[in-house]
Amino acid sequence: MTVWSVIGAGVAGLAVASELAARGATVQVFDPGGPPGPHGCSWWAGGMLAPWCEFENAEEPVLRLGQQALGWWAARTKVDRLGTLVVANARDLPDLRRFARRTHGFQEVVTDDIAQLEPDLHGFGKGLFFTDEAHLDPRRALHDLYHTLKKQGVVFHKVPAPEALDNVIDCRGLHARESLTDLRGVKGEMLVIRCPEITLTRPVRLLHPRMPLYIVPRGDGVYMLGATMIESEDSDRITARSMLELLSAAYALNPGFGEAEVLEIGVDLRPAFPDNLPRIRRRGGRIYANGLYRHGYLLAPALAQGVADLALENKHSEMVDEDRA
Amino acid sequence: MKRFYGTELPNPLMLGTAQYPSPAILEQAFCESGAGVATVSLRRESGAGQTFWKMIQELGVLILPNTAGCHTVKEAVTTAQMAREVFDTKWIKLELIGHTDSLQPDVFQLVEAARVLTDEGFQVFPYTTDDLIVGERLLAAGCEVLMPWGAPIGSGRGLNNAYALRAMRAEFPDVPLVIDAGIGLPSHAAQAMELGYDAVLLNTAVARAGDPVLMAKAMMQAIQAGQLAHQADPIEARDMAEASTPVIGKAFLS
Repeated sequence: MTVWSVIGAGVAGLAVASELAARGATVQVFDPGGPPGPHGCSWWAGGMLAPWCEFENAEEPVLRLGQQALGWWAARTKVDRLGTLVVANARDLPDLRRFARRTHGFQEVVTDDIAQLEPDLHGFGKGLFFTDEAHLDPRRALHDLYHTLKKQGVVFHKVPAPEALDNVIDCRGLHARESLTDLRGVKGEMLVIRCPEITLTRPVRLLHPRMPLYIVPRGDGVYMLGATMIESEDSDRITARSMLELLSAAYALNPGFGEAEVLEIGVDLRPAFPDNLPRIRRRGGRIYANGLYRHGYLLAPALAQGVADLALENKHSEMVDEDRA
Repeated sequence: MKRFYGTELPNPLMLGTAQYPSPAILEQAFCESGAGVATVSLRRESGAGQTFWKMIQELGVLILPNTAGCHTVKEAVTTAQMAREVFDTKWIKLELIGHTDSLQPDVFQLVEAARVLTDEGFQVFPYTTDDLIVGERLLAAGCEVLMPWGAPIGSGRGLNNAYALRAMRAEFPDVPLVIDAGIGLPSHAAQAMELGYDAVLLNTAVARAGDPVLMAKAMMQAIQAGQLAHQADPIEARDMAEASTPVIGKAFLS
């Protein structure tokens, strides 16, 4: 009987293991870091399932494949389908018009609608409401995948995978870059804050000329505030500039965020290929699945399905690129 | 075409490298437009192990590092020194921001930083306003190129003050002049070249267009059209029609 060995217990590895197990395959997982935690970059994600919004600055597969993610996740963890609200400061209204021109699947909303959707948002005359988008709590999602897999009998080894294994699926993200030389790291910085006096129920994006700033409610007055995108591979610390920009975005949404407590500061590198789209590559007995970039939760389901198609049925999905190495 | 510190540019398009949807699209924008110079920000995209910088070096074009995001002479000088090490070039686009909302250059610090950097052997491309006296001071500080703005960075407003830019061209006939910032459309870039400018530097207009590769090509074609038009010595605008064929002697009063 074939045993599939998945290396890496981040969102890519766990999604692949979950998909393989769902199709009846026998799976084991190797990760020297142990269960999902702060050592993996998917721990620090926003958890927005927002293919329509992401299409503003991404290629077509993100929109199409991303839409499959909503159902996939809803079958495995708690998903809130409350849509996404996109707003801009009055001076950045040209950015809102541009965003609207590049996307679809939204309703245009004005002051009263915004007040009805999110009573704690003030001072925004215009916005876009993406009705069908959703969000999840990434840590809870990882936790749910991990425990469901354990219940299904999947063994997790807290050690590096032995060299001599066959039928390996390498989901190590940036750690696989010695084999995937066109992989790069894109720095992302985020904050987790607590501000019980403000209630936002759905992800809110504030358009900004340089980065997509967003705030995602985690419940109990906790919010995730993200995320910078910097072409840098220095993942040690957040810069003062990034922190200022993130916090001033929150402050612009509601000055009450000035009273928030800063619970966590996250910095990590997203693994990305040059076109910022994920890839599946087979080399000998090893399949590499990598490059989820800023779309970890959005594209992991499609990536996992592509891996399972290739591994179990030898079917080549669009993410499989012919390996010229 | 005028030489920039002794180097002849392959063409007059200088293209920025920030804000593209992906490095693959950035690369394609360069390949398909043929832009000859890439500007790179060191301050925004800084840190160790730079795959992104390597990608830009592999484009095979001239590299003009910049000091975008610097607010003081000291910051700008340190960033320039770092740029020289990373990209092995004396060229530096000197950008010293004086105003948060308009990103106007602080021309006083600009002149000072230009002097310091020139003394250290840098070849400085100063991002400046269209002020003639500032231009003179920059040349006196050792700059051999001037880069006046068309409009505030990223605003896409085009040439806000064509009169001042024309005056600048007339005042510095032998200095390579580059319109840097404010370009939104190919027609703006063409207009800059029609005024006799030697090159155009732009980033946002291409990187944030719906199709950056198409827009890069459009910019290059417009720049080339503007350059040809300038060389062709365009006609003067006038208030009344001027027939292109003589009318005297013809039965035009019927």
